[in-house]
Amino acid sequence: MSQLAKRIEDTFPGACTRVVEWRGDLAVTVKSETLRDVARFLRDDPAMRFDYIVHVSSVDWPDDEERFEVVYEVYSIRTRQRIRLKTRVPESDCIVDSLTDIWKGADFMEREVYDMMGIRFRNHPDLRRILMPDEYDEGYPLRKDFPLRGKGWRDTFEFLDEPTR
Amino acid sequence: MGLIQLGGHEKDGSPDVITLTVEKAVNWARKGSLWPMTFGLACCAIEMIAAVSSRYDMDRYGAGVFRASPRQSDLMIVAGTVCRRMAPVIRKIYDQMPEPKYVIAMGSCATSGNIYDSYSVVQGVDRFVPVDIYVPGCPPTPEALFDGILKLQERIMQKRVFLSQPKEVKDALKV
Repeated sequence: MSQLAKRIEDTFPGACTRVVEWRGDLAVTVKSETLRDVARFLRDDPAMRFDYIVHVSSVDWPDDEERFEVVYEVYSIRTRQRIRLKTRVPESDCIVDSLTDIWKGADFMEREVYDMMGIRFRNHPDLRRILMPDEYDEGYPLRKDFPLRGKGWRDTFEFLDEPTR
Repeated sequence: MGLIQLGGHEKDGSPDVITLTVEKAVNWARKGSLWPMTFGLACCAIEMIAAVSSRYDMDRYGAGVFRASPRQSDLMIVAGTVCRRMAPVIRKIYDQMPEPKYVIAMGSCATSGNIYDSYSVVQGVDRFVPVDIYVPGCPPTPEALFDGILKLQERIMQKRVFLSQPKEVKDALKV
């Protein structure tokens, strides 16, 4: 296990459910209730200083009990380290603590995760859809049970009936 | 169209009189002065930009002055993948263009959605604006776009300017 993973494990005993290191990339899965603490530790610890959030994404595992996975990719510009932080939530309670107060750049990316996968973020400052229109009501398009061609939105052009023309 | 030589300019041999119908003259003027509007949505836009460059020189066909405003243009080249969220914008821009106006669907995406058979991609712009010319390709080369423009010019030459269009033609032009 890498030094970095060991440090997280020592500071938060029992928080990591899975640690994978593959070709120099470290991915740590933590319990969703400890996500914020781990993230804050990664940013503030003087040895690591993960100051840059690269990406936030999500994965749908339809057959798993904890169906959704949120993936945070963070980088330390100062120490040139990279870590992938993951957490899992079940469909019945798919809400994760927002990390926008730790990394401000997470704002739009968490909104994208909400828009595409329907995972909500606790204490997010402005949790609205970002790619799809606000009034879009067919669900969350990147979920595995969402039909590939959608539910008819792409073929309805309500603006053609507007009387202004 | 006919040329009448009166002998006024014998030195350079240029004709003095050209006879043709007014309709043809109008169409000829229109086809030689197309004002396209930039509407690049994806990679096709790069080929469209290349078509205007000096290497390919779209200006040869009188269609080289791209405008950034629909109110100054009469040809919309929809170049690229049309997302559903973009559709009302394209329709609004089309409505803002002054008549007579023409639409070229450039590339497979604008024509039919291409491989993007997904929840967010419109399966062809002809679902909400009338399209005159479809240019196939992914992306089409500048030469292919020129072929589309030349085809459009042929089509413009066949338009009836002073007589009203037959009803079935009018209906076909509407979406």
